[in-house]
Order: sequence, then C-alpha cells, then structure tokens
Amino acid sequence: MCGIAGIIHKNAGKDVNIGEQMTAMLQALKHRGPDSTGYAMYGEDNGNHIVRFKVAEAADLEGSFDIHAAIEDRIAAVVSRMEDLGAKIVKKENATEYSHRYEIQFSGDMKKLADFVEDIEGVEILSIGNSLELIKDLGDAAEVSEQYGLNSFNGTHGIGHTRMATESDVDIRSAHPYWAYPFSDVSVVHNGQLTNYWTNRRALELKGHRFSSNCDSELIAVYIADRMNQGQDLESAMKDSVEYLDGVFTYLVATRDQLGMAKDVMAAKPMVVYEGDDMIALASEEVAIRTLFDHRIETFDPYHGEVKVWQN
Amino acid sequence: MAKLKQDKSHEMGLHEEQLKGRTQQRFFSIDESENLTYFHSFDVDTSKSATIDAQDMTPREINREIRELMEKGIGDITVDNPMSRHGVGVGILNRLNLTFSDSLGYFGCGLIDGPNVHIKGRVGWSCAENMMAGTVVIDGNAGSTFGAAIRGGDLVCKGSVGARTGIDQKGGTIIVGGKTGAFSGFMMQRGRMIILGDAGMNLGDSMYDGTIYVGGEVEELGVDCVPGEMTELDIRYLTEKLGNYDMKAPNGIEKMQKYVSGKTLWNYDNLEPNEKKLIL
Repeated sequence: MCGIAGIIHKNAGKDVNIGEQMTAMLQALKHRGPDSTGYAMYGEDNGNHIVRFKVAEAADLEGSFDIHAAIEDRIAAVVSRMEDLGAKIVKKENATEYSHRYEIQFSGDMKKLADFVEDIEGVEILSIGNSLELIKDLGDAAEVSEQYGLNSFNGTHGIGHTRMATESDVDIRSAHPYWAYPFSDVSVVHNGQLTNYWTNRRALELKGHRFSSNCDSELIAVYIADRMNQGQDLESAMKDSVEYLDGVFTYLVATRDQLGMAKDVMAAKPMVVYEGDDMIALASEEVAIRTLFDHRIETFDPYHGEVKVWQN
Repeated sequence: MAKLKQDKSHEMGLHEEQLKGRTQQRFFSIDESENLTYFHSFDVDTSKSATIDAQDMTPREINREIRELMEKGIGDITVDNPMSRHGVGVGILNRLNLTFSDSLGYFGCGLIDGPNVHIKGRVGWSCAENMMAGTVVIDGNAGSTFGAAIRGGDLVCKGSVGARTGIDQKGGTIIVGGKTGAFSGFMMQRGRMIILGDAGMNLGDSMYDGTIYVGGEVEELGVDCVPGEMTELDIRYLTEKLGNYDMKAPNGIEKMQKYVSGKTLWNYDNLEPNEKKLIL
C-alpha cells in the first residue's frame, strides 16, 4: 500500500524544522507501510556537494563474518575513487556502519563520479545534491529519525515514504525516496504499481540510464531524469509521465526549490492536499497532515491525471 | 451536452446496441422512506446530549464510547477532535444525532443504518460505505469512493468529492455541492446522484440503473450511460431534496442534465427488494 508525504514552506527561510514535521507525518502513515521509511529533505546549500551512499545493506551485517572488513575496504575505495576524479572530501559522517554522508568539493562530471563510485561492489549512491539529504532505512519514521538524527533538520521542503514491500525486497535498495540519478537534488517517492515497468526500464537502460533496484518506483525517478536531461522542466516532465506510466500511482518529486505531485488517469491512489498561504502539505491520508495542526484545516483530493508543482 | 465515449470497444463492434435510456420513465415516490429499525437497536432520546473529546482516543475507543452513550439512551452526541482518524462513527444501526466537530479519515460512518450525522470538516475515502438509511452531511470536501455501495439514506457533501463517487450505488441519494471525479456512478444499480458542479470522465460507466443529475459540465460519459429527459417529477424531487439541505443548483434546477442507464442487462430488473419478495 505505502504512504507518501511532502511539505514545502513558501515564504520561510531555511530554519523550519522540517525533519520533525516529516517524521510526524510519516509516523502517522506507519500503518500504510512498516517495512522501511525514507526522507528526502532540502536544507542549507553551503556550496559543497552532499553525497549520501551506503556500502552494505543493514541485513548484511548479520550474515557474514567478513562484512566489517569488506565495509572498510569499500569505504577506502570510495575515498580513493572520489579523489582520483578530483573531488575534495571536506566532511565525513556516518549514522550507521553502512550508511555514510560525505561533503565534497567537485566541479567535474557528476555522472562519471557516481558511476565510478557505484562500480565498487556493494556501494550504492543514494543521492547527490547541494541541498538534498536523502536518508532511508528499515523501520518506522521514529526509528529512522532517531537513528539518523533527523528531528532537528532545518530546511524548506521535503518528501518521504513509508513502504509496504509488494514488488521487491525489504531492503534499503528498494526503499524510497529514489534519487533521479544523475541529477543533483532531484528525488521521488511513489505509492502504486507500474505495469509497464520492464518495457520502459529496458528502453531507458538502452539510453544509458542506470537502475539500482528492481522496484518499479525507481522508473519514475529515472524517467524524470531522462526528460530533464532533454531540457524539459519538472512540470512538463511530470505531465508527460502521466501518459507514459501505466498503472495506478500517485507520486511526489522534489527539486532544489520545487515540490511536485502527479496522479494517474484513474485516480486510483490517494492523495490529500492542504494548500495554505505559507505552507503546502500533502499525504496519502489527512491524518498525517493533521499532525502539523492543532485546528481544523481545509483539504482536497487532486483529480485524475492531475499534476501540481509548488515553488518555495 | 456530453459526448458518448467512443473507444476501441465501439470500433470492434462490442457496443452496437442503441442506447435508449430505458429507466428514464421509471417513477418513484418522493415520500418513500427507506429507513429501517432493527430489533436490537438502542432506544435513545435526542434531547439527551453528550460530548466526547477524541483527541487522544483510538478509533476503536471512539466507536465504543459512542455505543456506550447510546446504551445509556443518549441520542445527541458530539465528537470533538476526531483528528481525521479512520473508521470512526461506523456500524450505528439506530436513530442518533451525531456531530463530528472536525474532519474524519477513511471509511467514516460506514455501515450505518439510521443516524443523522453532521461532519464539520472533510472526509477521506469511502465515507458512508454501505449506508442503509439516515443522513450524513459533510461541510467540507470528500475523498474518493464517496458513498460506495450505499443502499439508502441521504449522503451529502457540500464541497467537492474525489473519483468513483457512488460506485456500486444500490439506492439512496448522494448529493455533491461541487465537482466529482472520474468514474462517478460506476456500476450504479439504483438510487439517485445529484452533482451540482462538474463531473469527471466516464460518468455512469457500466451503470445498470439509477439516475444521475449534473448541474455543471460532464467531461465524458461512460459506456452504457445516456442522457435522459428531465420531467416535472424530477424537478419537484430535486427542488425538495436540495431544499432539505439548503443547497442550490448554480444554474438552476431546470438546467440540470439527467443521465440514466441505456442498456438492459439480461438478468437485471428494477424491482426494489421488497417488491421482489412479493413476486418470488
């Protein structure tokens, strides 16, 4: 079933605690998907590129005696390959043994950097951006937020996802959000099933796009990336996606300064929108949005095939 | 006038029959009452009131509290702070004045038979699903599958509603003050739907019977749904029904369009269940 949520503050600075807001909304959607929780939140841009990557799955730590040494080797390889391509690592952080956040200074080809790093066995780049922080792990929002210290994350907007695994495994690889590789600061969350996944995946792979999972939701991120690569703006790409994607879906896309929503032509998946003067909040269920308010609010359901994009 | 859907199935000859609107001349009583009283329903007094603060209650606790108040004979209950929770106000099988001071989530007021419910907010998906009798009035908007499979009573949304409104409707009346989404009246079998605003694509798709009135534009009619002829009886009915809820058709009732089923299913008739019992 899955739950998705998003929030964007239009007139505020970057000091709104969206980490706490997203956690409250996603925790209220836990019943829609308890397998994993993910966030894509947009904070301060200090000029550095933020690279979020993992070097193993959480489950790998329990399954192998050699995994800890392998993780060390993989991290060393990541550093080596980044530096080989001219990236300067200015900050290293890790919330878990397998999940890492580097801030780098880099002016080269981002796709080449991503491909070179991901060529290391077991390494997957979760996101690259100047303001995007993409975090996903197993468990509910309260657990992931606690693990990664997200309850004090300040920023302007974010999207998130609670996953009930139906099409692929329960692991971080198949968790949402998906980064729209190789586009900096573009992320996607999705609720639904895409029935033309394999056909379109093959077509996009032939065009040189990479897929890191077998989750149908990743197709949306790659499709949006492909369209933006051809010069389309976000809203136009999303409108095209409603025709291109077959199945039942509602999805959210976030960029550095935008938040978009699209719904399939059958309007088969839920989405509730609160549209205030200063803030827009969206979720699969109103119960999530109500965690942000202590008073009655006006909300509505978008209609079939509808695409909406908000700017911060 | 909305256009009939012409798609591949027509080109393939799968829909060659002339759609004539077989049910548009069916008469019904404006005064008909579809309310039932169950032997085990609570005997409540609507002059006795109580308020529940649901701020920190689970849906099950809220529903249990409503039931316990009804057992005590209280017939006028207000629920404050329902906080858009799901599955609240369900399974009430007797007369009761029930007010929610804020929005409900999914499946609110489902499986009810008799209460008069007022929701001072919005409702999520599948509000009043399988409602048998009573009234449910929503001040705000509503989500999809609004009034799915209702068999009786009046279900009223003063705002706009999502997709598949009245899917599988088997009786009763659904009134929408604003717009309705795609596939409204899908597989409708009986009852009446009044949409004062616009209707999305595939209105009345695969409907067997029933009547849909639309005050605004219809994006597209579904297969088997055809325009009907507005009669004096329709206008009287709409005037009375909308008047009950202080609602008005933006362009006047006379300009509303009526839609009915244009196809006869081989094994389907329009007898009400009690009429069927007489002939079986």
